[in-house]
Amino acid sequence: MKNGLKDKTKEMIAAYGFLMPNLLGFLLFTSIPVLASLCLSFVKWDLLSDGPQFAGLKNFFELLKDPFFGKYCWNTLVLMAAIPLSMAGSLLLAIALNQKLKGTTVFRTIYFLPTICSGVAIFMLWRLMYNANSGLLNSMIAQFGDMLGLRLIGPNWLTDEAWAKPAFIIMNVWQSVGGYNMILYLAALQGVPRDLYEAAEIDGANSWQKFWNVTWPQISPTTFFIATMSLIGGFQAGFDQAYMMTGGGPNGSTTTIIYYIFNNAFEWYRMGYAAAISWVLFLIIFAITVVKWRFFGKVVHYT
Amino acid sequence: MGNHIDQLIQEEMRQEIAASASRSKRKVVVKAVTELKEKSPLKLRLQRGALFLALLVGAVSMAAPFLWMISTSLAETGQVFAENRPWWQEWLPMSFYWQNYVKVWAVVPFAQFYLNSIFVSLCITFGQVATSAMAAYAFARLSFPGRDKIFFGYLATMMIPGAVTMIPVFILLRHFGWIDTYKALILPGIFSAYGTFMLRQFFLTLPKELEDAAKIDGCSYFKIFWHIILPLSKPALATLTTFTFMGAWMNLMWPLIVVNTHTKYTLPVGLAYFQGVHGTDWTLLMAASMMMILPILLVFIFNQRFFVEGIKLAGIKG
Repeated sequence: MKNGLKDKTKEMIAAYGFLMPNLLGFLLFTSIPVLASLCLSFVKWDLLSDGPQFAGLKNFFELLKDPFFGKYCWNTLVLMAAIPLSMAGSLLLAIALNQKLKGTTVFRTIYFLPTICSGVAIFMLWRLMYNANSGLLNSMIAQFGDMLGLRLIGPNWLTDEAWAKPAFIIMNVWQSVGGYNMILYLAALQGVPRDLYEAAEIDGANSWQKFWNVTWPQISPTTFFIATMSLIGGFQAGFDQAYMMTGGGPNGSTTTIIYYIFNNAFEWYRMGYAAAISWVLFLIIFAITVVKWRFFGKVVHYT
Repeated sequence: MGNHIDQLIQEEMRQEIAASASRSKRKVVVKAVTELKEKSPLKLRLQRGALFLALLVGAVSMAAPFLWMISTSLAETGQVFAENRPWWQEWLPMSFYWQNYVKVWAVVPFAQFYLNSIFVSLCITFGQVATSAMAAYAFARLSFPGRDKIFFGYLATMMIPGAVTMIPVFILLRHFGWIDTYKALILPGIFSAYGTFMLRQFFLTLPKELEDAAKIDGCSYFKIFWHIILPLSKPALATLTTFTFMGAWMNLMWPLIVVNTHTKYTLPVGLAYFQGVHGTDWTLLMAASMMMILPILLVFIFNQRFFVEGIKLAGIKG
């Protein structure tokens, strides 16, 4: 009995020893900051004056009336048009790569490249490609026009308010179409039982009917999973690309929620206001997560 | 994992159905299917050819920007803007002006950015994998008071966006006087609830027998962790290592927030700065970008299976 107690104490000491480094970091850089952020959202503080001034719900009321916040939320939503486009592309690609054609591995690697290399370097590349005068895209458009005997002039992609968002959407689809989502779809397709297709073939179903009645319902959990994860990612996205390519412009048309938080906190030192926006962002993400929980019953879905 | 079990169940059901079906009936089915498949080999072959062609066109458009990047990075400055070039000269390197790659190192403290990025990314990766693995071992295998409550705390914070914590962490680091230091770049990146969660889930799947045997032999918990758990978890550890390193290497926003002298810049901030100063020198910009992408490309080419496995192991964006 005594020995057993001793073993338990030993195990406990060992456990806390293993846990301690991570737990200390977790408390210092995650849990305490979460609480601090909640407190911050009720104060006004520019880091320079004597200290935080209690403001109650003022930050949140201000947010409701802030025309920029509404605009940037709208920007974030519009840029998320890339999600369904890229998902459809991922599914098509996965179906094509699932046909056991020659060179599938090579194709998969090439399609995966933009996802792997995403980041600052790629945004710089696309900034040059979108350059209105000598960028790759517009010179291709012009040369295509020459071939047809027309004089085609490409748009000012990144400096025209009407074209900046479509430019970002095209780039984002290019970046994500062959990436993680395609791999998830590929795994899901390989999980569809073969005899369902055989049964459908016996019933005389054509390719489209097989897709619509067998494949699509069978892979719907994956579709739902990708959609929710992309939505959660989409609401927090858009900083790196806008910072590198447009600085949030032209006329604020590529500024997203996360960029507005960054500007408020670290450009204008409006710590309380930035914290309040970040909590609105949290609420949006929380709502999506709850929907996801309802569906999967767990935090992370295993494929 | 759920899918895997489903697959097993479905496989079993399939076999049962197959066994219970009468032989003759089965023959008819098989015959019908083969007939359908052999119906029009030419049409099928054409379809597959068209599909291959479509995939090829897609692959070219995926790779084209990279080709353009390479050829621009190797061009002489005047060449990029040359009018009336035939279209293929945009894509293929027409010259090999390697000097661009050398020039980058001279124009900005690129070597310093590179070293900073390597140092910071390695520290974050090592720290995160080590602390996550240790904590995950405690959560998965040891019992101690408050374990489930603490673990629930970890889970609960996983859905909180980084934007929420980044402001207080900045204020905290400022309070410590750590702004513009390597500590500020590295420490907040080390502790990850997600890494702990992922490794815990993996450790739970490991068989317990080896550990029990080791315990009877009087092995310490650390020895068990070091000699049994870690060697068995190489795939999960490799996956976490790969993704952590990539995340740290690419991170733009955090270094932008906590660092403000050139000598502390990591590559992404360095590139942003470079673009601000030499924004019109395309050849240099592309050479610098190539050099930033290269290490990641190498990691990807040699660890490709970890990417694929990692995604399948757990929804990676969670």
